[in-house]
Amino acid sequence: MTEKIKLIFNLFFTFAKIGAFTFGGGYAMMPILQREIVENKQWATSDELIDYYAIGQCTPGIIAVNTATYIGQKQAGVIGGIFATLGLVFPSIVIIELISKFISNFTSISAVQYAFNGIRVCVGVLILQTVLKLFDSSVKNVFGAVIFFIVFILSIFFDVSPIILIIGASIVGLIATFFENKRT
Amino acid sequence: MIYLRLYIEFFLTGLFAIGGGLATLPFLEDIGIRTGWYNHEMLADMIAISESTPGAMGINMATYTGFHVGGIFGGIIATLGLITPSIIIILIIAKVFNKFKENKYIQGILTGLRPTSTALIAVACVGILKLVLFKSQICILNFDISLIPNIINLKALGFGIILYLLMKKSKFHPIFWIIISGVIGVVLKI
Repeated sequence: MTEKIKLIFNLFFTFAKIGAFTFGGGYAMMPILQREIVENKQWATSDELIDYYAIGQCTPGIIAVNTATYIGQKQAGVIGGIFATLGLVFPSIVIIELISKFISNFTSISAVQYAFNGIRVCVGVLILQTVLKLFDSSVKNVFGAVIFFIVFILSIFFDVSPIILIIGASIVGLIATFFENKRT
Repeated sequence: MIYLRLYIEFFLTGLFAIGGGLATLPFLEDIGIRTGWYNHEMLADMIAISESTPGAMGINMATYTGFHVGGIFGGIIATLGLITPSIIIILIIAKVFNKFKENKYIQGILTGLRPTSTALIAVACVGILKLVLFKSQICILNFDISLIPNIINLKALGFGIILYLLMKKSKFHPIFWIIISGVIGVVLKI
């Protein structure tokens, strides 16, 4: 029992740390998740992480929350899922409430803008490295590479909704499995 | 009962906003119009603050809106409302998914899903880099080499390249790089 309580505390604080240093949307969280969850705690593999992202994309709610719930659930059941998520939102609640209470013109402070610009460059570079890592683990053959580039182009140039792309790619993956079965 | 109303409004946002934090925007706009809790201008402020503070954007927006409407407790209630549907739905999906994970057809779906998920993260990455590296859209027709500093934020570009090389060479935690970059941003006025 104490083991489980320890684990739940661990989930809460790990996700609180992740929440405190995520700038931007759920995607900005990816590099820290990769380091903390996959490499340090080994609570999920790289592959599982991108599965959760895909599921988070096409289910209600924001991706960051969905991913936290998923990983927490996997480690410590329903309570784990709830505490991981509460951990993730905890820093947001504290920081936003402090800022809105005490600083009225937060975003117009020039130091804040410069710091944020620096952080944004950093987050972009961090995600770039994560993408390169994920590409190695998630694109294993020509089939995967073709899907990657088609989705990339459809999303970036034609603004196709991520939900449609995810559902479409799932169907393509499913059909491919059917054909493979017929051959063997 | 402002708290109950806050909880329900954000519960519904969490339930119907599919995708990232930006997907909550149209819902927040709608809440503002219907309830009169905030106007368009205040919403723009909220977005700016949510983007430039730690935490996922969607969560920050909920906390900020809730705080604005109902104080500290309001911020907590709105955020809890937003995450409740996610928690319930994901807990159910996780249970089902774990059960059928080894199924051949689920594995088939995953072979399509994983490259897609990675590609979408790559698109998000391009979006963020574009935002920081380019200052404004200038007409290509009267393009001139001397205009480059007006289009591309050269400081940010240089900083990004240096960061990339440094990260490749060392194994510091992403949080370390984020803090350092914030400091460097202030020093260099990026």
